Amino acid sequence: MSQSEAETVDAGAVAATDRPLLEFWRYFSANRGAVIGLGGIILVVLLAIFADIVSPHSPTISDAQSFLKPPAWEEGGSWVYPLGTDAIGRDMLSRLIHGTRFSLLIGCIVVAISGTIGVALGLCAGFFQGAPGILIMRLMDIVLTIPPLLLAIVLVAILGPGLINAMIAVSITYLPYFVRVTRAAALAELTKDYVTASRVNGAGTLRLMVMTVLPNCMAPIIVQATLSFSTAILDAAALGFLSLGAQPPTPEWGTMLADSRDFVLRAWWVVTLPGLAILGTVLAFNILGDGLRDALDPRLKR
Amino acid sequence: MLRFLLVRVSLIIPTFIGITLLAFILVHSVPGDPIQVLAGEHGISAERHAELLKSYGLDQPLPVQYWRYVEHVLDGDLGRSLITHAPVIEEFGQLFPATIELSIAAILFAVVFGLPAGIVAAVRRNTILDHGVMGAALTGYSMPIFWWGLLLIILFSNTLGWTPVSGRIDVAFDVEPVTGFLLIDSLLSDDPGAFQSALSHLILPAVVLGTIPLAVIARMTRSSMLEVLGEDYIRTARAKGLAPLRVVGIHALRNALIPVITVIGLQIGYLFAGAILTETIFSWPGVGKWLIDSINRRDYPVLQGGVLLIGTVVMVVNLIVDMLYGLINPRIRHKRA
Amino acid sequence: MKRYAWAAGIGLAAAIGFSAPTMAKTFVYCSEGSPENFYPAINTTGTSFDASSRAIYSRLVEFKLGTTEVGPGLANKWDVSADGLTYTFHLRTGVKWQTTKTFKPTREFNADDVIFSFERQWKTDNAYFKVTSDNHSYFNDMDMPKSLKAIEKVDDHTVRFVLNAPDAPFLANMAMDFASIESKEYADAMLKAGTPEKMDQEPVGTGPFVLESYQKDAVIRYKANASFYAGKPKIDNLVFAITPDASVRFAKLKAGECDLIPYPAPADVPAMKADKKLHVYDQAGLNIAYLAFNTTKKPYDNLKVRLAVDMAINKKAIVDAVYLGTGIAATNPIPPSMWSYDKQVKDTPYDPEQSKKLLAEAGLANGFETDLWYMPVQRPYNPNGKRIAELMQADLAKVGIKANLVTYEWGEYRKRLQAGEPSLMQFGWSGDNGDPDNFLYTLLGCAAAKPGGNNVARWCDQDFQAAIEDAQRTPDIKKRTADYEKAQVIFKQQSPWFTIGHSLQIAASKEGVTGFKLSPLAYHDFSTVDKN
Repeated sequence: MSQSEAETVDAGAVAATDRPLLEFWRYFSANRGAVIGLGGIILVVLLAIFADIVSPHSPTISDAQSFLKPPAWEEGGSWVYPLGTDAIGRDMLSRLIHGTRFSLLIGCIVVAISGTIGVALGLCAGFFQGAPGILIMRLMDIVLTIPPLLLAIVLVAILGPGLINAMIAVSITYLPYFVRVTRAAALAELTKDYVTASRVNGAGTLRLMVMTVLPNCMAPIIVQATLSFSTAILDAAALGFLSLGAQPPTPEWGTMLADSRDFVLRAWWVVTLPGLAILGTVLAFNILGDGLRDALDPRLKR
Repeated sequence: MLRFLLVRVSLIIPTFIGITLLAFILVHSVPGDPIQVLAGEHGISAERHAELLKSYGLDQPLPVQYWRYVEHVLDGDLGRSLITHAPVIEEFGQLFPATIELSIAAILFAVVFGLPAGIVAAVRRNTILDHGVMGAALTGYSMPIFWWGLLLIILFSNTLGWTPVSGRIDVAFDVEPVTGFLLIDSLLSDDPGAFQSALSHLILPAVVLGTIPLAVIARMTRSSMLEVLGEDYIRTARAKGLAPLRVVGIHALRNALIPVITVIGLQIGYLFAGAILTETIFSWPGVGKWLIDSINRRDYPVLQGGVLLIGTVVMVVNLIVDMLYGLINPRIRHKRA
Repeated sequence: MKRYAWAAGIGLAAAIGFSAPTMAKTFVYCSEGSPENFYPAINTTGTSFDASSRAIYSRLVEFKLGTTEVGPGLANKWDVSADGLTYTFHLRTGVKWQTTKTFKPTREFNADDVIFSFERQWKTDNAYFKVTSDNHSYFNDMDMPKSLKAIEKVDDHTVRFVLNAPDAPFLANMAMDFASIESKEYADAMLKAGTPEKMDQEPVGTGPFVLESYQKDAVIRYKANASFYAGKPKIDNLVFAITPDASVRFAKLKAGECDLIPYPAPADVPAMKADKKLHVYDQAGLNIAYLAFNTTKKPYDNLKVRLAVDMAINKKAIVDAVYLGTGIAATNPIPPSMWSYDKQVKDTPYDPEQSKKLLAEAGLANGFETDLWYMPVQRPYNPNGKRIAELMQADLAKVGIKANLVTYEWGEYRKRLQAGEPSLMQFGWSGDNGDPDNFLYTLLGCAAAKPGGNNVARWCDQDFQAAIEDAQRTPDIKKRTADYEKAQVIFKQQSPWFTIGHSLQIAASKEGVTGFKLSPLAYHDFSTVDKN
């Protein structure tokens, strides 16, 4: 949703990642918040992997006897359904646990798609600064004039509602950010001596792009990727909330929220819990992103 | 300087053409049948379908349709809604002030709370206060605002009864739409209660829409302040024994604000995206909700016109921010132009 | 001032409703959406009809409040010729047209207005045929172009309609929204001024309320028509506060911001009924939600498979969980409030064991995989297609049928259904004029079992068809009832649909609201409403 902050990652100022991994870890682990974020993410990943084992019930099978049962500690609740049930009698806890899979999937796929294509386009724009570069950047400027969520909504309308299409739509809206960050980093690298040296040594353009320049542009790209990961979860949930994302009976958190809007006044848990799950997961990734940025950004090192 | 302005402004033309083409391609790729939309619940016969297709010019090849569309756009005609049959530009004109009013209120909220929070965090670096402010900002930044809106409605409207649930003003007040901005119109009306009502309706949506910009501004202000506070002239000012408040307030803040202002300008795209969700939750009669409705109803002319108009607004605002930035910071205009 | 306003805005917002000057009696109806526009003949939604035809216009004949019975309107009385081909309407005298900012009438309502209102939709050479839109959906849907032979002016207050063939539901059609009467004098004046669209944007009618202003997606304001022929409404001002979200409507009703709300979320209805300060209205709606089998596609061409699906789905659980007390389980294809409803017909029982046996007999002992199409939107007859589909999916899984849920955008969905694409699909219907023909012939007749037709089950049964055609030809209610009862029995035996439910029309008002009645046709009429 809000990518603008990511743009302020100053590509030129981020140092190359040729220093030892150990040093990175030292800076990273010194940041207590980042470690907490990492812990949260590990928890989410574990829940996603072992969802079938840790969930007390199936996320999709409904119990016709228990519609909208409150959580265990509330009056009328029971430990059979620790966090209560939804409008058609499915266990909230199990649905929330299974939801972790979709959120991680969304983050990974979106970053993979928009990262791969965006970095490729960004490198091209950096290397071919004539007509192709201008064309790419103009195109990205045009795409950027359409607010990302609006563009994603229109794209989902074109592709049809569904989780996969929502992921594709969100990926497309993130392209310009990857293109810009990569191009800026590539432009900075291109002026450096080692690039000229490789060129003189007869390295082909493709080799130069992928093997020589790209590895040295990774720092800002990695920061952009972590930020995109969390905003992708938010945007896909927003699409789900507008009934354009994942479809039933998928226990995706945004879709769960959309389903439960009717029950806002009657059953607080069906509305509150999926939102908390989204917030917690996104927060963990953002904390991690901040930690990564601090560790990769030399300006803040003392 | 003039050269810089001319280059910036001339870039508008290809971008605008690009937006018309993008809007056209996107909307024509949306599956569905405009004629079916016209027909309503009962369906339509094949002959009638062909007739209507022809009368709307939809039987022409796409490039011809695009050319006609651009011709109409240049005449200021964006077509008519398939549902209401009213001109798209007229509907946009009726609804856009509501979105602007909401967006301005949201940005004001974000600046009023975000700037001081960022400054305080920077000045009291690495204290509990700093961690608290930044933790809150990061939480705000991670907020699914559609859920946040629902929570605030449950708390302030349903449980406490402090704010109205939805809409822009209580229907008891019949305010003449002069400017379209209800806060202004209600002050112009003789009814003293109207302004209060309009304001109380605006608070929750503005808070919801302003939450993420607030977080962004607070974080940006903090890091920008930290950078400036570390620079030589500030150290010199401190060494000269200037009062800390003067150092922070006058010397540091002025320089730290430049990137912050840019970030505020960059929030415009986000505000439109967020307005779609906020307007949906609060039944706020603005263009965001209008566009969502147009997609759900497959009102193609509205969708196409709406995307074009919003793209154009974002483009113009970006241009203004860009030029302002160039004026404030001369280094930029040499580097970029 | 500013600080005061801020504090008051936060603290006293709830009290504002009371602090407003309310000398005149203003009634606030929190409607569910914006009207398409104010020309009823091109609109298709109840939302638009409430705001246009029901509030502003009148018709030759009117549905009596709260029923589907047809009574006098702008016509005092009417005669039908023995052959059923000629309808002569005797018009009321002294009916005044509304006066608005754009139009001051110089004459009263007469036969010219009636003829203009129909010719506008009928004759392509009428100057108004294409104004605003040339797609007069209901006029075409009710087969008027085929049915009408001529409309003649006998004198200023007598109009004669001549039909091509006897058409039992014709009179009921004349009470429908598309048959609203517009002013020819106004039309001529606007045409002369070169602004014919104003006719539909700033409407002038003979109905109970006069349109004052409309702010898109926000509010519609009317004032009472003091010279309304059936008597001035008891309220002075009528306000439609457009509130699309059902739970928000409920919250506003509780906060006193609305006097009456339509279509509450089913989940909120029990709380509404429990609240002593609110009054809940309900009325059996003329509608049906169903799951249609495409009887021309495998495996649903086999009656045993259709019955097996019928028996596998727990209808009661669906009605309980999704309609939540705002609907009843459906047995027949027409609702129980409609005349000729056959109470003798028994619904197919919920019996998963028997279902498995039937599947085995059909050679599908291991079950099968199928797509199940569900409605993407809420409709008056179906509060939540998605939730119903999820419950069906779970039930079908228990007998070995794996159902994959499929949906499309609503316009696209209808188009694909009418094209005959899906094999198992949710659909539904809201009646137009209260006649069984409008359900049985329209939805299950052989004529509609073709591409683009409404018979999405593609079911064409000769005995059923004979019965409903017979009923169309005779005006005798007893004979028609017998025909329709026979048709309902055949329907249940052949089971082209799994009948899901009929939903109740529901509305809720604040204490002290009187004179409101829900219509089975889903209108909201405020001509007789009062509040204290």
